[in-house]
Amino acid sequence: MTDNTNSYDKIGKNAKISQIVRLSLTYLLLGLWALMVLFPFYWMILTSFKDYGSYNSEFVPKLYTFAPTFQNYINAFTTVSLGRYFINTLIFTVATTFIMMIVIVFAAFAFARLEFKGKNLVFTLFLSLMMIPNELVIITNFVTITDWGLRNSFLGLILPSVTSVFYIYLLKENFEQIPDDLYKAAKVDGTSDLKYLFRVMIPICQPTIVTIIILKVIECWNSYVWPRLITDDSSYFLVSNGIQEIRENGFGRENIPAMMAAVVAISVPLIILFLIFRKKIMAGVARGGTKG
Amino acid sequence: MSNNRSLLNKLRSLKAWLYLLPALIFLGIFMIYPLIDVLIYSFEIGYNSASQTSLGKGLYNYAYVLHDPYFLQAVKNTFIIVIITVPLSTIFALLISLALNSIKKLRDLFQTIFFLPYVTNTLAVGLVFMIMFKRTPYTDGLINLLISFFGGSPVDFITGPYWAKIFVMCFYTIWIVLPFKVLILTAALASVNDVYYKAARIDGTSRFRMFTTITLPMISPMVFYLIITGFIGAFKAYSDEVAIFGTNLNSAGMNTIVGYVYDMLYGDSGGYPSYASSAALILFAIVFTITVINLLISKKTSIN
Repeated sequence: MTDNTNSYDKIGKNAKISQIVRLSLTYLLLGLWALMVLFPFYWMILTSFKDYGSYNSEFVPKLYTFAPTFQNYINAFTTVSLGRYFINTLIFTVATTFIMMIVIVFAAFAFARLEFKGKNLVFTLFLSLMMIPNELVIITNFVTITDWGLRNSFLGLILPSVTSVFYIYLLKENFEQIPDDLYKAAKVDGTSDLKYLFRVMIPICQPTIVTIIILKVIECWNSYVWPRLITDDSSYFLVSNGIQEIRENGFGRENIPAMMAAVVAISVPLIILFLIFRKKIMAGVARGGTKG
Repeated sequence: MSNNRSLLNKLRSLKAWLYLLPALIFLGIFMIYPLIDVLIYSFEIGYNSASQTSLGKGLYNYAYVLHDPYFLQAVKNTFIIVIITVPLSTIFALLISLALNSIKKLRDLFQTIFFLPYVTNTLAVGLVFMIMFKRTPYTDGLINLLISFFGGSPVDFITGPYWAKIFVMCFYTIWIVLPFKVLILTAALASVNDVYYKAARIDGTSRFRMFTTITLPMISPMVFYLIITGFIGAFKAYSDEVAIFGTNLNSAGMNTIVGYVYDMLYGDSGGYPSYASSAALILFAIVFTITVINLLISKKTSIN
């Protein structure tokens, strides 16, 4: 009898120990990766507060600093035109997102609610365009924008990215979930299509719309390739091109603390946006984001 | 009456087309026309963008690109990046998601931290990686100090040997693509019905068996989705390379196919839209083939 309870105890104990071991290993793995993710951020913030002289005298870089300085941030905004890049990116992001929302809301509405000849054919065509990689069309777009004389202008930056077949598709699916009866009732009341779209459909689909806006803002803020092709006048640079410019001809190659200050300044807006809309962004990316 | 009705229908149709018009115009100019145009470009020999004339049509551009050592180097680099980063990042993402799914405490915090690289500017953070790996006259850099600490000899990861550059490249790529994969896999794992696990536990199934017989089959569509998008994304690698090695990728020997396309188009070596078009179409052919193979494999696996 006692033998039996003893062995049960032992089994229970073993199970508990193995569970504790497994759990600690799990936390160890997660903690290690968290460190890998966070360390570059820590490193850039730390370096951005280090004094230029002391940074260069550290053969073994210190993991902390007792004499933080704001001089690097002042340099980042005065020596190079980081402020200009910021304003450019802001204008680009707001304008692109705004125009795109108008374009895709109307298109999604037409596909979801209106009846017209050739609708299925056009929609299939739209869907097939989703497979076309940007790299294939960017060559002609570059030539087109150059021919139109729109290099180094906001129009040239904005125009090619104000439609997205994928977002039209996403929004159309969402619009279609709104019961037909609502539309018919509105029609009986004499509500115009446009009024119905803005008063009923957009408010109901607000979560999807907010998701699309956030994803587009992230995309715009980080866009690099198109702006690089279309601008060579630094007064039209966006932050990504700005950071590349800073790296190659900015503060003199070796002023790494000032570079890091610029990097921090560029990264902060999106990180704040992320921390505020964390749940929305993650849900949105899971539904419709791709990267890498 | 019927006349009226058909008129009304026409009006309705017209209105619908009006709603579609902005999207149609933009897609027409910036997507459909370029698709046709890129094909034409790729077959035009000696196209001159100033006079808009060419010497004739043929396969010369493709031949040129396929014999260009820079292109071959770019193809080699791209394939190495794909072969290393796609499997590794998928496996890491699976491990991390499994770990995330098995804990309750701190789960939200870890998820938030892991997602951070997704919302950062690739070029900005790439600069941080470059500084951590770079060896300068002033310092060996953080990573090299770590290597020395463990008894290795320091390596210049940014301008040094090829394998070191590839290592940094792949490390950074995985760092950048993991958030998306972890997010998708964590969601997929959370959606597996707990009933299966309970039943398996009653049967005394081992953890490993539960993973291979329940978890993996249930999440396999998402894993395939990640592998397919991962291949496509990795073949288009470019910004991450620029972030670490600077804009002159050819001289760093780290160019990618997409980088080659852009270099042909613009910059010091640019002005050749025909070569750029041929290279872009070759890339498209590669990606298309691999995606089809992936889809076939995923279909076969899911039937079994």
